[in-house]
Amino acid sequence: MLRTEGLRLAYPGRTLVEGLSIGFQPGDVWAVLGRNGSGKSTLLHALAALRTPQAGRVMLGDDVVENVPKRALARQIGVLLQDESRDFWGSVRDYVLLGRYPHARSPFGWSAEDEHIAQGEIEAMHLQGFGDRPFATLSGGERQRARAAALFTQRPDVYLLDEPLQHLDLPHQVAVLERLAHEARNRGAVVVMVLHDLLFATRYCHRFLLLFGAGRHVVGRAEDVLTGDNLRDLYGFPLVPVEIGGERLFLPERLSGEGPHV
Amino acid sequence: MSRAAGIVVLSLIAAAGIAIGIAAGSVSIPLPELVSALLHPGSDAISDIVWKLRLPRVLAAFSCGALLALAGTLMQVLLRNPLADPYVFGISGGAALGVMFGMLLGLGTLMQTGLGLGGAVLASALVFGLSLRAGNWNPYRLLLTGVVVAAGLNALLSLILVLAPQTAVKGMLYWLMGDLGYAGNPLPALVVLVLLFVVAMPFAPAMNVLALGRMKAQSLGVAVSGVEVVLFGVAAVAAVTAVLVGGTVGFVGLIVPHLVRLAGFADHRWLLPGSILIGGGFLVMADTVARSAWAPLQFPVGVLTALLGVPILLLLLAGKNKDAAH
Repeated sequence: MLRTEGLRLAYPGRTLVEGLSIGFQPGDVWAVLGRNGSGKSTLLHALAALRTPQAGRVMLGDDVVENVPKRALARQIGVLLQDESRDFWGSVRDYVLLGRYPHARSPFGWSAEDEHIAQGEIEAMHLQGFGDRPFATLSGGERQRARAAALFTQRPDVYLLDEPLQHLDLPHQVAVLERLAHEARNRGAVVVMVLHDLLFATRYCHRFLLLFGAGRHVVGRAEDVLTGDNLRDLYGFPLVPVEIGGERLFLPERLSGEGPHV
Repeated sequence: MSRAAGIVVLSLIAAAGIAIGIAAGSVSIPLPELVSALLHPGSDAISDIVWKLRLPRVLAAFSCGALLALAGTLMQVLLRNPLADPYVFGISGGAALGVMFGMLLGLGTLMQTGLGLGGAVLASALVFGLSLRAGNWNPYRLLLTGVVVAAGLNALLSLILVLAPQTAVKGMLYWLMGDLGYAGNPLPALVVLVLLFVVAMPFAPAMNVLALGRMKAQSLGVAVSGVEVVLFGVAAVAAVTAVLVGGTVGFVGLIVPHLVRLAGFADHRWLLPGSILIGGGFLVMADTVARSAWAPLQFPVGVLTALLGVPILLLLLAGKNKDAAH
């Protein structure tokens, strides 16, 4: 569905991604892992045609994403940016309804279906009662839930999410991840998310892209690429594998002499 | 109150402003005679006053205020800056320089207007050119370039005021403050207003999205660059037209969009028509006060827009803060 061909992403004097060729299959949930500044967000922007790659291309079906008309593209690819303006002119409902922008038939008002979908997503993110609140008055976590609700209102086939769990409390982290897993499993959506949480990455993602910076990357399934060596290389920090209830998880090693001793 | 009902209320406010503007003046006209003069224009004195003096003046004021409010609304969303106004391109400074130069040379009104138009086009081309030349365009650079160019133009304006003969200075100052006393036939400005509204209105939903930032808007399917070019064009034409009608009237373009937002019309599908109605109505009322309150003395309307607009906006802001605290 979505694939990259020989992708190269670079800033002047600094290469982030080099020769990246990946096919994102329907139903796959991907984690993009890497340190700050390793090119995770830059890659997501390139996948969403928000940034022109220095070489190679991103294909959606038979088309180069940058050539797909913007509205048609927005019906297929939804993006949760890492950061966006907090100043918004309207209420939470106004905000979430903007997810219907690429679908709207008339520019002068939302259809009953648009309103219905938005209301459903507002409730799914436990924002009922917040609908009429000015978006600008939300707390960080509430805003993140509203942004997720807007993305789900967009109903794309490809979800590109930059740190979707930021600011969220534990139940809402799980709610967002469960919903994304559901979209992949039941609607055949592609989910690609930048994550810093190894626990949730191993629990919810089928495929992994590790960006080491300077163009080096590793692609594969958890059992193949999530190794102690790879992760130590990736984060420059020692991690130890732990088996709990049949799950293989990674914990950061305790640094000697630091932290509370019980 | 639904938004549609709200727009009806705003229309009534604008209509009331226009009616008061026609009725009030050195000769005040009672409502029945006003209506009959409007419906059955005769050759009596009242009809002459209404059709030859008051109506053109009121319509000039309405189109000038409406154009400024439209341009201000567009600039605020395009630059994502609540302090943006129609003049940030250097349009006012350029037009003012042209018109002042014409006045200095003692040219006729038409030539002055032509020079003003030329100055506005040159100044905005300079601002756009400089902010585009650096590549990697962003709204902050445009804003900053506009402010810097405007400062330079202001220095030149001061120079002209110093060099101008004493007799010409008063007319120049009136023009600079914004004055509708010399506004001619209002029809061209009204036609421009209608055309620009028709062009801008279909972009209102895109403007709602654009307020979230360029990247977010693009990810939701807005062809950002194209929309920006069209809307900057609309804002520029609106600002130039307004300045050529009424001089550099201040505050309307800055505060009217905020007034309309504070009244609950933040969605651009309502904000655009709302700003046009209130901008037009507001300038008509300000002009009516400016020319009749201290008659025969006539004040430049720009003084009134600030004197009336500032307290209104401060009151609304104070009320909004109180709401937010609860």
